Amino acid sequence: MLELQQLYKTYATGDTALRDVSFVVPRGQVMGLIGPSGAGKSTLIRCINRLVDPSAGRILLGDTDLAQVGRSELRRQRRRIGMIFQEYALVERLTVMENVLSGRLGYVPFWRSFTRRFPGRDIENAYRLLDRVGLLEHADKRADALSGGQRQRVGIARALAQEPALLLVDEPTASLDPKTSRQIMRLIIEVCDERDLPAIVNIHDVPLAQQFMHRIVGLRAGEVVFDGTPAALDEAVLGDIYGAEDWTAMRREHEEDQAAEADATRRVAEVAR
Amino acid sequence: MKPTLVPPDAPTTYADVWTFRTPRARLALWFGWLALVALFVYCWQVMNADTMWVFVADAPGQAADLGSRMWPPSMAYLPELMAPLWDTLNIATLGTLGGVIMAVPVAFLAARNTTPSRVWIRPVALLVIVTSRSINSLIWALLLVAILGPGLLAGVVAIALRSIGFVGKLLYEAIEETDARQVEAISATGASAAQRLDYAIVPQVMPAFWAIALFRWDINIRESTILGLVGAGGIGLKLQASINVLAWPQVATILLVILATVLVSEWVSARVRQAIM
Repeated sequence: MLELQQLYKTYATGDTALRDVSFVVPRGQVMGLIGPSGAGKSTLIRCINRLVDPSAGRILLGDTDLAQVGRSELRRQRRRIGMIFQEYALVERLTVMENVLSGRLGYVPFWRSFTRRFPGRDIENAYRLLDRVGLLEHADKRADALSGGQRQRVGIARALAQEPALLLVDEPTASLDPKTSRQIMRLIIEVCDERDLPAIVNIHDVPLAQQFMHRIVGLRAGEVVFDGTPAALDEAVLGDIYGAEDWTAMRREHEEDQAAEADATRRVAEVAR
Repeated sequence: MKPTLVPPDAPTTYADVWTFRTPRARLALWFGWLALVALFVYCWQVMNADTMWVFVADAPGQAADLGSRMWPPSMAYLPELMAPLWDTLNIATLGTLGGVIMAVPVAFLAARNTTPSRVWIRPVALLVIVTSRSINSLIWALLLVAILGPGLLAGVVAIALRSIGFVGKLLYEAIEETDARQVEAISATGASAAQRLDYAIVPQVMPAFWAIALFRWDINIRESTILGLVGAGGIGLKLQASINVLAWPQVATILLVILATVLVSEWVSARVRQAIM
């Protein structure tokens, strides 16, 4: 369980990115964080694993206040927090297997990671995860040889290799096409359900969020302006979060995407017949 | 509320004149060119002051005369050159190796994203790089022959010391250009600082590292051929001895051997670069 209490973040430049953010994410819940660019979504999840240091407030993961831990304790706590990135952030020149095993770096001593001699249990688990995300036969390829969707699957496997207690997901589908986006989203939901894992998913694509998330928190200018079920997210609320004009344009785009995808599926089916 | 594309305070007419540079920039540019021309005229006068044009006038004749004395190169001298040539290759290769080994830690201390302290350690590392770069190999060799005595060792150390700056500078620039997102992702797994270097930074700089090391080896082959002039061993010793006794056919042979060596080293480094990219 993750609990944020009155979290604030003000950058050195004086910009306030987060203002009095509080919420609780229970086990197994996948929470979507929506809001326009610059609303503080990215800052918020980076505060949780302290890639960005919050200015005030508490971040409770279990009994530990992540906002207070020192350097070596922070390393230990980061092992429990898996993160999936917008542009995959794989180490491009390492193999798929090395990327997945890098999720174990917090658990193994330096000499083991340097010589790439990971414990058998870690290796077995890495193969299991690669099989789970459908990339078992790609284990020894270099990461930059994979497609966007495949790379994001490796990113998911790397985060899960940490055996995390919490998953942070930053715009996982921002650089993927609509169909691959849905596949990746479905995969993230499935692996969270399998592990009863709480997750926070930054997502700017509202229809995709409504389709997949258990709960949605809306952020505007660093403040929580909505917290509820996807069904409760109506036109008025979205207009409030995004501004009415932007929201209408976004929904139209989504409908076009879906129509195009349905059309493509139909044509493929016709050709196959 | 209907949105409008035109803000209410937009002007109704627009200027039809647009210039690429401001008047001040145009003036500065004009003075810049003027200064360059003035410098050229001044340099021309300095050069003329110490030039005896009678000597320059018969330069083609002199060059032809020297050429005719060099031709044909003395092939009988070739076997005698093989041992010093081997020394030269060793000076270049061992010197590059030593330089690279010393340059790698310096580069990591100098790069903004990997240095332990930007205030204390980074300036020291940069000073090491600048010192090494500001002194030519030949001058390093001159100093080292005085310190270590003449011979191969002085040459190897001279090449190594000169290489630190070159390799260190290019390598630390490559380290600073690494993709920060990959480093962030590795940090987020709970990796230690050493693991972060090993998994996020080293894989990204590896291609640059090999290219830089090979390039420096290539340069060092050329530089080590002249180190003998100051007594630091290799084929340069033979060159100096031959020039001293005016044995021009031998000089021609040496120059041809150096040319062949450089061609081979270019070819080798091009092939290796292809293989590792």
